Amino acid sequence: MFKILERETLAEHINKFVVEAPLIAKKALPGQFVILRLHEKGERIPITICETDPEKGTITLVVQEVGKTTYELGTYQAGDEIADIIGPLGKPAEIEKVGTVVAIGGGVGTAIVYPEAKAFKEKGNYVISIIGFRSKRFVILEEEMRKVSDELYVTTDDGSYGMKGFVSDKLKELIEEGRKIDLVIAIGPAIMMKVVSDLTRPYGIKTIVSLNSIMVDGTGMCGACRVEVGGKTRFACVDGPEFDGHQVDFDLLIKRLAMYKEEERIALERYLKERGKA
Amino acid sequence: MKKIPRQPMPKQPPEERIKNFNEVALGYTEELAVKEAERCLQCPRPFCVDGCPVKVKIPEFIKLVKERKFSEAAKKIKEDNVLPAICGRVCPQEEQCEKKCVLGIKGEPVAIGRLERFVADWEAEHGEIEKPEMPEKKGIKVAVVGSGPAGLTCAGDLAKMGYDVTIFEALHKPGGVLIYGIPEFRLPKHIVEREVDYLRLLGVEIKVDVVVGKSITLYELFDMGYKAIFLGLGAGLPKFLGIPGENLLGIYSANEFLTRTNLMKAYLFPEYDTPIKVGKRVAVIGGGNVAMDAVRSALRHGAEEAHIIYRRSRAEMPARLEEIENAEEEGVIFNFLVNPKRFIGDENGWVKGIELVKMELGEPDESGRRRPVPIPGSEFIFEVDTVVIAIGQTANPVLLDVTPEIKRNRWGYIEADYETGKTSMKGVFAGGDIVTGEATVIEAMGFGRRAAKAIDEYLRTGKW
Repeated sequence: MFKILERETLAEHINKFVVEAPLIAKKALPGQFVILRLHEKGERIPITICETDPEKGTITLVVQEVGKTTYELGTYQAGDEIADIIGPLGKPAEIEKVGTVVAIGGGVGTAIVYPEAKAFKEKGNYVISIIGFRSKRFVILEEEMRKVSDELYVTTDDGSYGMKGFVSDKLKELIEEGRKIDLVIAIGPAIMMKVVSDLTRPYGIKTIVSLNSIMVDGTGMCGACRVEVGGKTRFACVDGPEFDGHQVDFDLLIKRLAMYKEEERIALERYLKERGKA
Repeated sequence: MKKIPRQPMPKQPPEERIKNFNEVALGYTEELAVKEAERCLQCPRPFCVDGCPVKVKIPEFIKLVKERKFSEAAKKIKEDNVLPAICGRVCPQEEQCEKKCVLGIKGEPVAIGRLERFVADWEAEHGEIEKPEMPEKKGIKVAVVGSGPAGLTCAGDLAKMGYDVTIFEALHKPGGVLIYGIPEFRLPKHIVEREVDYLRLLGVEIKVDVVVGKSITLYELFDMGYKAIFLGLGAGLPKFLGIPGENLLGIYSANEFLTRTNLMKAYLFPEYDTPIKVGKRVAVIGGGNVAMDAVRSALRHGAEEAHIIYRRSRAEMPARLEEIENAEEEGVIFNFLVNPKRFIGDENGWVKGIELVKMELGEPDESGRRRPVPIPGSEFIFEVDTVVIAIGQTANPVLLDVTPEIKRNRWGYIEADYETGKTSMKGVFAGGDIVTGEATVIEAMGFGRRAAKAIDEYLRTGKW
């Protein structure tokens, strides 16, 4: 059992949990993820680690409520326990000094790009961060991102905060201004990572993305998370989750992410109905 | 010689059992068991024991069954086998103990597996599971990585020798392939839990949710005071066919299909959270036991037609005859001498067909089986809604990639001594599928047992 020490609602439907997991806290590096299972009847879902505190033995997870499991997790309070947390899984991000790094976070992806922006900054890179949200009420980790970035831009789809538009619009501006960019890290919804990768490809700007495939075991055993990168089948759980965005078949990823759409709807509706009764 | 025929196993009727995930074979009653036990000739030189990888004292336990001393029979088996309820169910006895039975020369061998299962279940049902006499604790820590058949056996044997054993398991439940792979209808999960509980009774500590190689390394385990480590990792990396369209939606590896079904209980969705997609027409590619497990699971998930696609003929299928017969009884449709060339998808990316090519059998290959050869121009489209690929597994490199001292062969499996399980890294032993490649539960157990003996010797003498 893994005890939740702190819980905070960062924005509508986005919750932060600080969880006691000493083994994972000691080992985890930016870019790695955990698999969690809430209880005996729960499913196993991958969640990328936002922060760790090896001394306190805690990890921080930022989770958006999108399906049954994440809605249910949203009801967990400090003191509650999560049945299983397994990790750290996947390969860590490659953090090197390359010059100027643009760190892009889309929605809850901001929580994942945050430790990487921080690590790139600590390596001595010039870090430009662009974080984008649907609307002002969904904005998260703005202050944290500001602290680890040389420049920070916030975009909202509806213009209610920061620049109106998508993260890719801001990136396009930077590229067109002639800013020298050595590396782009883009983490967020698959469609956003696809758009960013398509944007940087003609300029030859190396672009790394973190793939959020459906997983079961997370250790290479089942192949649920398979993706195509450079025409080859790879497992996001052990070969990734980070890959060269220019090589990823995003259309396949998007289709595979929707494989259980119907079941996800049934499970969520059933859960919310039961919760409504309680 | 008494002319008692081999007593048949009572089973759920096929038309009933394909509607549920409950165990197919119901087990002997006391009367059936005693009657079957009476068939045993009590050979002074019992060949059946030679056929058993862990050398269960077969005639002795059968004699106790005949005398209705069921509890004592269970203790007799457990002297050599800590997992009798599992072995009684999933061992290929027809290839091992029963193959050597003298009665089998002219007629049918004693149903040793069924008797073993009966005895283990009887003991559990009568609440008589007792801790055996244990030696004094040695105060020496041994780590076992993986809680499948090899790891459980090795841990049990070492605990019985007085070592402090900790098992590290990556999944959230111990049992390895016994939990995630073999279906409920062949090996009920409460039986696995019962056998695992027996290990706990022996003093074995089990830590789940620990991915050795990721959460913790072998070097750290040694630093923590473990004096020896046994690796029973299992094979654990699914093979795919490497043909176009393999990543279409609705195509599963057998590992994923079975893990969702068995470990995650997807057949109880939405009560359990994990879903599974099983369409009306399901094709399972492969001819081994895993393929049989997958295709029979598909029927129980509600498939209207469940097919086996196998490139050789029935005679070459590696699955146990009993499992093939069970599948046939349940209405599984077997398509022999056909091989997939590509998968065809619909406009949304879901699989809708497989292009199959007909095969004929040529000269024997290195496995001794006749090699299937494609017949040019014989391609045709086989319509499907769901595909499960059950063509085997290879070695999972997660732990080994971060432990370069451990030598691997060209297939990625650990190079370990067959008799001792010793690897190229001092203090590290290995056994089961991660050494042999895919094999049976009992073979993995045999390896675990030999390694336990070697670990004891290493820890007593310090000799590597």
